[in-house]
Amino acid sequence: MADATYPDDLRYHDQHDWARIEGDVATFGITWYAQDSLGEVVFYDPPEVGATVQKDSSYAEVESVKAVSEVVAPLSGEVVEVNDALEDTPERINEDPYGEGWLIKVRLTAAAEDEALLSAAEYRKLLENG
Amino acid sequence: MSDSAQRRTPLYDLHAERGAKLVPFAGWEMPVTYEGIREEHSAVRTHAGMFDVSHMGEVEVEGPDALDFLQLVFSNDVARLELGGAQYSCLCAEDGGVLDDLFAYRLGGDRFLIVTNAANHETDLAWLGRWSRGFDVAVRDVADRYAMLAVQGPHARAVLAGALGIKLPARMHVTHPRVGGRPALVCGTGYTGEDGVEMLIDPEVAPAIWAELLDAGIVPCGLGARDTLRLEVCFPLHGHELTPQRNPIEAGLGWCCAEPTGFLGSEAIAIARRDGTAERLAPFLVEGAGIARDGNEVVLGDEVVGAVSSGTFSPSLERGAGMAYVRSDLAEPGTEVEIDVRGKRRPARIASKPLYRRS
Repeated sequence: MADATYPDDLRYHDQHDWARIEGDVATFGITWYAQDSLGEVVFYDPPEVGATVQKDSSYAEVESVKAVSEVVAPLSGEVVEVNDALEDTPERINEDPYGEGWLIKVRLTAAAEDEALLSAAEYRKLLENG
Repeated sequence: MSDSAQRRTPLYDLHAERGAKLVPFAGWEMPVTYEGIREEHSAVRTHAGMFDVSHMGEVEVEGPDALDFLQLVFSNDVARLELGGAQYSCLCAEDGGVLDDLFAYRLGGDRFLIVTNAANHETDLAWLGRWSRGFDVAVRDVADRYAMLAVQGPHARAVLAGALGIKLPARMHVTHPRVGGRPALVCGTGYTGEDGVEMLIDPEVAPAIWAELLDAGIVPCGLGARDTLRLEVCFPLHGHELTPQRNPIEAGLGWCCAEPTGFLGSEAIAIARRDGTAERLAPFLVEGAGIARDGNEVVLGDEVVGAVSSGTFSPSLERGAGMAYVRSDLAEPGTEVEIDVRGKRRPARIASKPLYRRS
């Protein structure tokens, strides 16, 4: 597994999720820290396209051999796409958490919600302070 | 329990240096994994892995009445345990409930060593102490005398014998070689379904021996892989499959109960054996997606018909698997049920033991 990385172009939720905001659509995933804590992901249970996700609420589960982790939405919106490839290759969440390991794409419904999210620098500080 | 109250094994520093993930387990700070549960699991199935299981307890029982005393407290027929042999038993309450499951090794005519589960060590000692009254026997807590390493896998014996230059015992037997220059016990037992041994060695030499076995290519494994390995071969774990609320018959352990010896709990167990039990332990496989976890309900139509006692992702079978207590009439291989996994019903099928068999 690669070393810890937290790309500067993403916004972070303190429950260890990230959002890549492009206009009114955002891609969600879990951070390097989250996948490292969980260990090898063996199962991803995505929401359905069309489902509504609520900021700070769980929208999916990722599971390692021994643990289940709820994934929290960093922003509110409607699911427009889920990463179907993860059904057969959930380990991509470990190998490439910000790329091929993305979880869902959401059409955002609450403007300015992202102001509450952390920058990469702020998220790194949160991790350092444990 | 606070972190400061967690006990550490003699190998703790080596685990930490190697970057193991350490978690609280039964009052101990134990490695759950080093590089990843799947890799470690696979190392034991295909080569050789080793586990620090020094958290497990040891009790020595010695005296002229040792055999009679153990016949009273152990479910198995201890008289059949020969010198240098190993035997599995349940420790049962008067109502047949399982207080612990343990291995006994016969070290002498009137001397036995018992290996307890860490979580039950203190209560086992109190139970044995209480029932030993009136017997000419000493019950000693010797847990501090030993570090315990389990070395398991198809190549475990060959690599271990080469690295330590010792002769290894046959399955279900124990030998007394010197390991690291100190007296040791090596037992042909394990908890993975693979060949291998468990070694009780002097805590002072344990770090050097661990390092030597690492150099010999034995893969360090944590309690995570230990759990997936034992589940695939359907070995019960106390606190999950075995509890004081369950008797050995419903757990499928009738084979280690010798009621004619009159052991504590034997009357209740004889009745359970004769009349059957409402529920029985059965292995299951999830059909398709989903991983059932401990406590998930087993359902059939609208009816709850059981509960998962241990559920995990099986690295060998690459699917959800585990064991569940289900209504006895459903505990037959092939029965189709559903498991309620946090609100989602996942189809599952009762399977036969073991879930994994080497091909």
